[in-house]
Amino acid sequence: MTSTVDFESAGARLDRDVELLRFATAGSVDDGKSTLVGRLLHDSKSVLADTLEAVERASRDRGAEGVELALLTDGLRAEREQGITIDVAYRYFTTPRRKFILADTPGHVQYTRNMVTGASTAELVVLLVDARKGVVEQTRRHLAVAALLGVRHLVLAVNKMDLVEFSESAYQTIAVDFAAAAEALGITDHVVIPVSASLGDNVVDASSNTPWYDGPTLLDHLEAVPVGVDAVTQAARFPVQYVVRAPDYRGYAGQLASGVIERDDDVVVMPAGLRTRIVAIDTFDGEVDIAHAPQSVTLRLADEFDVGRGDLIVHPRQEPRVANAFDATICQLSERPLRAGDRVLIKHTTRVVKGVIDSVSHRLDIETLDRGPAESLELNEIGGVVLRVAAPLAIDDYASDRLTGSFLVIDEHDGQTLAAGLVGDPFSARRPQ
Amino acid sequence: MSAIVEEQAQTTETLPPSRKVPHLEALESEGIHIIREVAAEFERPVLLFSGGKDSAVMLHLARKAFAPAPVPFPLMHVDTGHNFPEVIAYRDALVERLGLRLVVASVQSYIDSGKLRERADGTRNPLQTVPLLDAIADNKFDAVFGGGRRDEEKARAKERIFSLRDEFGQWDPRRQRPELWNLYNGRHKPGEHVRVFPLSNWTELDVWEYVEREGVELPSIYFSHAREVFKRNGMWLTPGEWGGPKDGEIVERKVVRYRTVGDMSCTGAVESVASSIGDVIAEIAVTTITERGATRADDKLSEAAMEDRKREGYF
Repeated sequence: MTSTVDFESAGARLDRDVELLRFATAGSVDDGKSTLVGRLLHDSKSVLADTLEAVERASRDRGAEGVELALLTDGLRAEREQGITIDVAYRYFTTPRRKFILADTPGHVQYTRNMVTGASTAELVVLLVDARKGVVEQTRRHLAVAALLGVRHLVLAVNKMDLVEFSESAYQTIAVDFAAAAEALGITDHVVIPVSASLGDNVVDASSNTPWYDGPTLLDHLEAVPVGVDAVTQAARFPVQYVVRAPDYRGYAGQLASGVIERDDDVVVMPAGLRTRIVAIDTFDGEVDIAHAPQSVTLRLADEFDVGRGDLIVHPRQEPRVANAFDATICQLSERPLRAGDRVLIKHTTRVVKGVIDSVSHRLDIETLDRGPAESLELNEIGGVVLRVAAPLAIDDYASDRLTGSFLVIDEHDGQTLAAGLVGDPFSARRPQ
Repeated sequence: MSAIVEEQAQTTETLPPSRKVPHLEALESEGIHIIREVAAEFERPVLLFSGGKDSAVMLHLARKAFAPAPVPFPLMHVDTGHNFPEVIAYRDALVERLGLRLVVASVQSYIDSGKLRERADGTRNPLQTVPLLDAIADNKFDAVFGGGRRDEEKARAKERIFSLRDEFGQWDPRRQRPELWNLYNGRHKPGEHVRVFPLSNWTELDVWEYVEREGVELPSIYFSHAREVFKRNGMWLTPGEWGGPKDGEIVERKVVRYRTVGDMSCTGAVESVASSIGDVIAEIAVTTITERGATRADDKLSEAAMEDRKREGYF
């Protein structure tokens, strides 16, 4: 078949830049998450013909009636054979209004590990519940992890509404439960959407089965939620990644983690506290006057200090803390428990330093948010530690900056990532007293 | 609170209003960040350069990452011996113009010396793994940039941006490191290496839109041209010494282009009159067949074909 594309009209449709929303999904086993994601991809016309054919073929082979949309997202052979999802998978789809990167996180095993990973880069999280079961323990855990990781926008998709005859009262009960749980965690932006992933109600297209619901469909909401607001309204943070050297040239390359930097700005190089000025903001395409997060640029400074990888360039009067020891919240991602006295490597922005777990202060019950005593933190547990590091780090609380407030805990010997770290205690700032 | 040494945090001043970040800018910035992280943390990185659009975009990001300094690592091409001559010419001209170093791992020389045997179907894509791994080991490369994208295929959708390979180049999906925020952990043992995919979050359309925005130069076969082709397994293949046509396969002249660039034996052309980048973008935006489904025979071998090859150390 020869291409018969109307190039002019198709080109015009695309000839503009759209924003990018990174979001994550989480749900318990059998809530129908894979089906919901499959439905979102399918109904937003993001599944191409050959992929859909392959899924139809696989559905028939498994003896299913119709198309199992969940197969669109089941990636690896081991998963297909066992009917489970092993790991975070990333999906991509685009509508005329936005481009989406979806971190699809499984709910059954290692839920904390996977969800922490998926939520760390997400601006929005979609949680799923079964309309027949409502808000369950797992929902509260997922919600707490999303809150901990600083996700601003929460969506609860009440799935399988067809199995409760699209009952408004079933929806209302769940919505009230969820609002209470979300607000207790300090999450103010949350919506509850009644859907049927298998039939498509309120996923992309508004449903005639829920006349009592006047909120957005899931896709409407994903297209409308504000993105990238935090990054540029926060104080400027520029971790130096790499020193670019050329004849008569020395520049500091990095990606602006947050905030805005302009030429001629007075700046401070942390942790040393050196005062200088930005004389140029360079890119491959030439100098620019201003850089916004998350742009990658190269800065030239007025003074020839010994600035290098791991340094952080900020504005005066907005300096981060400089600390050799600090409280942190740990999400344990490895099967090896973390104990007081453990010697580790800490990767914070572009700096790697040696560190030691001074003490484990508590374990967080992620459902009740109660703190209990702890000797160690096991896989999928969240708790507080005091961390000491061999060289001072310029840090922010995670609650005020996601990138300068986060770090990895790495095994010094085999290089494995042991834990995700958040500077400070994000919940102590948010929990109502 | 135990002994804590810190200064008091300062309050923030009034800051400028927020600004929309176009998606290509966000993807470019992420890609540059990844490439700089590798250059800073690894001893001997190398960039896999096939001459395809993804590797061309990756090279463009690398040039942007280090300007005005040159790209601080070499390129490597695994040459199957059945590559399109237009692509080899493009590769050589680009390397010359940018003053880069190119390492070529040759499948043909492995076949000539008897270390690899030609497959019955004449396809050389699966034969690339051994020369690739040998070249990585011989050159002591510890980080290998690949142009793989997660939207290409289901196994890739689950691979990390920094993907640890053991000394046999194997990927173990169950032992991947969690990847959080923009913090990448590239620690590895001697003999192991890390595959790095700066375009993980790009789609085919993003790549083309970026090619257009940046004026990235590509091989001519990506755009429509008249070509002698014959049909095999539903794909339009280019005749040649690699093994076609045969057994009554009929050569026809068609107006075609390529959506991917690979080994001639398994890379099919699509009929298309898209002769400019804008045409190609318009065509992709309304197309109904994914890139790999349209053009790559090797992925049709089985549903789990890519997963198996990745485990064995393929790109």
